[in-house]
Amino acid sequence: MDDPQEFEELPPEKLPLDQWHRDHGARMVAFAGYEMPIQYEGIVAEHEWTRSKAGLFDVSHMGQLVISGDGATAALEAVLPANLSTLKPGRIRYSLLLNETGGILDDLMVTNTSRDGQEEFYLVVNGAMKWDDIAWLREHLPDDITMNHLDDSALLALQGPEAAAVLEGVFPGCTDDLYFMQGTGLEWEGAMIGIGRSGYTGEDGFEISVPATHAEKLADALLADARVKPAGLGARDSLRLEAGLPLYGHDLTEDTDPVSAGLGFALPKSRRETGGYVGHGACMARFEDGGCAQSRVGLALEGRLPAREGAQVFAGDALVGTVTSGGFSPTLGHPIAMAFVEAEHAHSDADLHIEVRGRRLPARVVSLPFVPHNYARKGA
Amino acid sequence: MPRYFTEEHEWIDVEGETATIGITDYAQSQLGDIVFVETPQSGTDLAKGKEAAVVESVKAASDVYAPISGTVTEGNEALEDDPELVNSSPEDEGWFFRMSVSDTAELEGLMDDTAYKTFCEGLD
Repeated sequence: MDDPQEFEELPPEKLPLDQWHRDHGARMVAFAGYEMPIQYEGIVAEHEWTRSKAGLFDVSHMGQLVISGDGATAALEAVLPANLSTLKPGRIRYSLLLNETGGILDDLMVTNTSRDGQEEFYLVVNGAMKWDDIAWLREHLPDDITMNHLDDSALLALQGPEAAAVLEGVFPGCTDDLYFMQGTGLEWEGAMIGIGRSGYTGEDGFEISVPATHAEKLADALLADARVKPAGLGARDSLRLEAGLPLYGHDLTEDTDPVSAGLGFALPKSRRETGGYVGHGACMARFEDGGCAQSRVGLALEGRLPAREGAQVFAGDALVGTVTSGGFSPTLGHPIAMAFVEAEHAHSDADLHIEVRGRRLPARVVSLPFVPHNYARKGA
Repeated sequence: MPRYFTEEHEWIDVEGETATIGITDYAQSQLGDIVFVETPQSGTDLAKGKEAAVVESVKAASDVYAPISGTVTEGNEALEDDPELVNSSPEDEGWFFRMSVSDTAELEGLMDDTAYKTFCEGLD
């Protein structure tokens, strides 16, 4: 998500669950142009609850887009590096919007929601970027491709090891044949609900698209289960950091590219050869030796003092990188950070330090994620 | 022993020529889970309103300002191993540092308990 500061000029808008959050004790902050819950009982408590039970997050600030029409698959393949022609209906992919130089305009999730031969894709993009994304997509998609912004829908994320059992209580049978990175739809109380088994915490979980008219009813139904507690943006950030997942506007920007950012998996092999999407050439050049000056790495710190975004990374006296997000890991009990570091220092033997208020804190390059993912993969 | 409060949510206990400084219960509840506290070293000269300590919550780093001028005599070493004391006992065991009082007149502009309570009520 982008830096919310650029939206401070506009008064923040209210989302469908605004009053629900306040009734449940949320502390609200302005984020991405909306008033959002940062926390309820406390970030660490919500973080730990999500890792052990199930946290309910409101992520309705994110942009939900439906792109449809004859030729939608090919049209989207001209702007996304994902291989959509082989993406089966009901499957989800992580993808990117790139500019001509391979810079990342946004990251997103795309689900193939095609039915009965009608091509259709459901995209979830970052809240702070959605208006730019919509304009950019409209400019790059042919006029006969329809783009529908679901701005009357809320998006709830139910995340944690108990999430599937909880969801079964509200939508019996919905997880029977639904695995990580798969989506489905169902009718509930007269409303169409979209469910994707994915999330931003590293845990098993679901993102649930629900019409605003039914958002409170669904939030209540999920929260009625004693295994669920509401969780805010604060815990969402500490959870995604532990899961090694980049945050747009911080770890990813227009000045970073997918190869340096370690997102090569979002550039599938088949399309590396065939190309035909914005930014393809620039990305391919970065796969070559020396093509990336820097790499995104995970850094583990000792002690308790966190290194935050903007802190500089040193090898000896040489400045070799910058922290792009960092904080204290409740699960690990020590600070962790993601940083872009010069490629030659981006390995576990590198002797690195992060400077925080004049102190040099030893930092060790570790593989991401910091905390293992706990996804419900098919066949696992 | 009089206790004073600042609009930056610090409390100051003054006993003779020594002041003990910490952050209020309101402040700790706003900051949330505290993971690290950096207290000033003894001997540090502080000017009123200058950064004196840093408190890191899970969310962010926040400065704590010197409510009066003086010289630091002691930082709370217990916070090194147990920064959660600021959450659990902000106005007692979770004190930040002690300092000499160089000018008692500086205390006059600070709030007392009642005034601080009213001040906080106006913020919610």
